[in-house]
Amino acid sequence: MGTNIFMRRASSSYNIQSVSSVFASCCNFSRTLSTSVSAEVKVGGTLVSQEENGGTKSMNLFTAINQALYIALDTDPRSYIFGEDVGFGGVFRCTTGLADRFGKNRVFNTPLCEQGIVGFGIGLAAMGNLAIAEIQFADYIYPAFDQIVNEAAKFRYRSGNQFNCGGLTIRAPYGAVGHGGHYHSQSPEAFFCHVPGIKVVIPRSPKEAKGLLLSSIRDPNPVVFFEPKWLYRLAVEEVPVDDFMLPLSEAEVIREGSDITLVGWGAQLSIMEQACADAEKDGISCELIDLKTLIPWDKETVEASVRKTGRLLISHEAPVTGGFGAEISASIVERCFMRLEAPVARVCGLDTPFPLVFEPFYMPTKNKILDAIKSTVNY
Amino acid sequence: MGLLRVLSQTTTKHRLNAVSVLGKFRIAQSFHRSESTARPLEGSYSSSDVDDEHDDFQALDFPGGKVSFVSQLKFIPEASGSRVPCYRVLDDHGCAISGSRFHQLEKEIAVKMYRDMVTLEIMDTIFYEVQRQGRISFYLTSTGEEAVAIGSAAALSPDDVIFPQYREPGVLLWRGFSLQEFTNQLFGNKEDYGKGRQMPIHYGSRELNYVTISSPLATQLPQAVGAAYSLKMDNKNACTVAYMGDGSSSEGDFHAALNFAAVMEAPVLFICRNNGWAISTHVSEQFRSDGVVVKGQAYGIQSIRVDGNDALAVYSAIKEAREMVVGEQKPVLVEVMTYRVSHHSTSDDSTKYRHVDEIEHWNKTRSPIPRFRKWIEGNGWWSDQDESDLRSTMRKQLMQTLQEAGKMEKPDLATLFTDVYHHVPSNLKEQETSLKETIKNHPKDYPK
Ligand SMILES: Cc1ncc(C[n+]2csc(CCOP(=O)(O)OP(=O)(O)O)c2C)c(N)n1
Ligand SMILES: [Mg+2]
Repeated sequence: MGTNIFMRRASSSYNIQSVSSVFASCCNFSRTLSTSVSAEVKVGGTLVSQEENGGTKSMNLFTAINQALYIALDTDPRSYIFGEDVGFGGVFRCTTGLADRFGKNRVFNTPLCEQGIVGFGIGLAAMGNLAIAEIQFADYIYPAFDQIVNEAAKFRYRSGNQFNCGGLTIRAPYGAVGHGGHYHSQSPEAFFCHVPGIKVVIPRSPKEAKGLLLSSIRDPNPVVFFEPKWLYRLAVEEVPVDDFMLPLSEAEVIREGSDITLVGWGAQLSIMEQACADAEKDGISCELIDLKTLIPWDKETVEASVRKTGRLLISHEAPVTGGFGAEISASIVERCFMRLEAPVARVCGLDTPFPLVFEPFYMPTKNKILDAIKSTVNY
Repeated sequence: MGLLRVLSQTTTKHRLNAVSVLGKFRIAQSFHRSESTARPLEGSYSSSDVDDEHDDFQALDFPGGKVSFVSQLKFIPEASGSRVPCYRVLDDHGCAISGSRFHQLEKEIAVKMYRDMVTLEIMDTIFYEVQRQGRISFYLTSTGEEAVAIGSAAALSPDDVIFPQYREPGVLLWRGFSLQEFTNQLFGNKEDYGKGRQMPIHYGSRELNYVTISSPLATQLPQAVGAAYSLKMDNKNACTVAYMGDGSSSEGDFHAALNFAAVMEAPVLFICRNNGWAISTHVSEQFRSDGVVVKGQAYGIQSIRVDGNDALAVYSAIKEAREMVVGEQKPVLVEVMTYRVSHHSTSDDSTKYRHVDEIEHWNKTRSPIPRFRKWIEGNGWWSDQDESDLRSTMRKQLMQTLQEAGKMEKPDLATLFTDVYHHVPSNLKEQETSLKETIKNHPKDYPK
C-alpha cells in the first residue's frame, strides 16, 4: 500500500521524440525490452527477468500479462487465445511464445475482423471454453460493439440462463501513449460500463494485471479487460510467479489519507499518485483508491472513504462528459450528500477527439489534479 | 449427419419417393422414370451439367430470378480448379509480352508515372530515416507497391474521389500534392491541412479529392459507395475509388460495401492491394478463397486480377475498369497482386514472422520501378542522365522541404477545440478557458 510501483510516465514532449510508436507496433517494444531488462531468460515461453525474490519476479506489465495467459492455457486445456497477429506474439508482445508452447490450435491469428473475433469468442465460450480474445487496440473495438453489447452481455439473461458466454474475456490495450492520436489512444471504458451483463476491469500495474487477468479469464461472466499500453514496458514490479488471482469488484485503497478521496483506474493512477504526493507537501492528506473493476463497482469502499474525508475527486483520461466519473459522482452524491464538504471534482480528458500535437493539453495532468485537490479542499 | 429428407419434386413424372435415412443418406430408388437419372454423389456442378439437366426439370421462379433444378446432390466446390490468372503486360524484364492487350500510354504520362514512382521511393527512404532519427513519430512506406498507387492514379480522372486506406500516398503525389504538403502533415505543423490532429501519414486533400485517411480499417469502403451514389444522382462523369488491403477485406465493412455497391449500382471502383501480409498475418490466415478477386462474383460485381508490380498492367486495367464503372454505372473490383516489401510500419520488424529471402526476392527480382524503367527506356523515353538528374533534384528538394517543415510552428491552441462540431459548443468554450488558466499557472507543463 502506498508504495510507488510506477515508473513515472515520461512527460510527453511536444517535439515528438519517441521512437516507439504504437501504430501496430512491435519491434520497438521488443527492442527496448532486450535492452532494458538486463538478464532475460525464457521460461516456458514467458519472458521474465532473472532477479528472483522469493516467490516473485521483477517484470514489466506486458510480461505479467504474458505470464497470466501462459497460466490460463496451462491450467485449463479448454482455453484459447486468438486475435489479430497474436500468433507471433502480438504487436505488444503479450502473447510471445504462447503459440510455440501450446500449439496453433489454441493460440492463433484470426482474420482481420473485430466483430468476427468477439462473435467467435462468444460461440467458443458458449460451448464451455475459456475464450481469450485480443482486440489489437481499444480504439478498434467498435466493430465488435454489437457482439459485446447485444450478444455477450445478454447471452445468459435472454436464454433464462440456459446459455452463457461467461468464459469470454476480451483484452484490449487502451489509453494515451504520447503520440497515438485519435486512433491509438482512446479510453472507451465508459461505453461498456453502460452495459449490464459484462464486467469491465482495468489493472494499474504488472502484479495487478496478472492477478486481475486470471480472475477475469476464470470469472463466469464475459469481461472486457483494458490494458494500459503506456505501462506495458514502463511499469515494473515484483510479481508473484505462481498462479494467483485478485478479486473482481473490489477496489483498493492504495494510499491512505484524511482530507480528500481520489478515485481512478489504470494508468491514470500513477499521475494521481504524483498529485497526492505533491499535495502532501502542502499539508493535504489524500486517500487514493484504485477502482480496478468499473462494473460492477465497489461503491462501499469509495463511500466509506468519502464518509471519512468528505471530499471526492475522480480522474480519467476519457472525455469528461459521460465518462465513468459521472456515474461515480452521482452515486456518491446520492449516498453521501450530507457528508460532502465540496462539489465532487472531475479531472478528465477534454470533450474532443484524442488529439496528436495537443496531447499534453488534453491530458488530465498531475498539476490539473493538484489544482483540483486544492480548490476542493479549500472550497 | 442426422435426418436428411429429399423433398419430392412438383411434377409427378419425376416424383421421387421421399426417403429419410438416419445417419447416412442415399438416393431414392423408386423413380418413375429410368434409374439412370440417379447419379453417384460425387463431382461437382459444371455449367454443362446444369444445361443437361435443364430440360428435365422445371425451373422455379424464385425471388430474384428463375433457378433450374437438377437431380444430383452436388455441392459447388470451394474453388474452381485453378487460381484466377493475373493480367500482366510487362514481363519481369520490362518487355511487353507479345500479344498482350493494353492501353497505349503517351510518353508524357509514362514518364510522369516513372518520375512519381521514383519520387515516392525517395520520399519513403528519407521519411523513414527521419522517423528513425526521432523527428517524426511514425512512418509507413509504399515500398514494392509504387506501381499500384501511381499506375491506378494515372488511369483515373482528377474528379474521381479517392477513399484511401493508408498505403496509397502515390495517388496524392500523382495528383500534385507537393513534397512540402506531405512533410507538413508528417510534422503536424501549422500548414498541415489536418491541423496536427492525426498521426503521420494520415494525409487528406479536399482540393485533390482525396478523403482524409482514418486508421480504423475498411471504414472507408461503404462510405465510398455512398459517395458514388451521390455522383450517380448528380449525373457526374466521375466515380469513387476505394483502396484497401488484403487484411481489410476481412472486415465486415468490406462485405457491406461490396453488397451495397452491387445493389445500389453505385459507380465505385474497389482496388484491393493484395500484398501478402496484414502486419504479421499471412494471406493464408486471412482467407481461404482464391484471394479477393473471386469475392466480386459472389456479390454480383465484375472483377479482375492484375499484376500490381507491372505499372502498365495496373494502368490499363484501371483505365478499363474506370470506363466500365462510369459508363455502366456499376461497381468493379480489381485485385492487384503485389508485395509489402517494407516492414508494416516503423513500429514493425517483419523478419520476426517472414523470411528475409521472401522479401529479397520481391525486392530484387519483382520490383516495379526497374521494370517500368526498362520499358520506358526501351521506348527511348528515359536515359541514365534523366535518372540521375531526377534522383538528385528530388533528394535536394526533399531535404529543403524537411528543413522548412521542421521550422514551422505548431497549429494554434484554438484548433484543439474547433472542428469537433461546426460551431464550438459551450462545454468546449468552458474547457478552453479553463485550459488557458492552467497553462498560465503551470507554463512548464506545456510545450511552447
Ligand atoms: C479496425 C482495425 N483493426 C485493426 C487495426 C490495426 N491494423 C493496422 S494496419 C493492419 C493490417 C492491415 O493489413 P492490410 O489491410 O493487408 O494492409 P497493408 O498494411 O498490408 O497495406 C492492422 C491489423 C486497424 N487499424 N483497424
Ligand atoms: Mg496487406
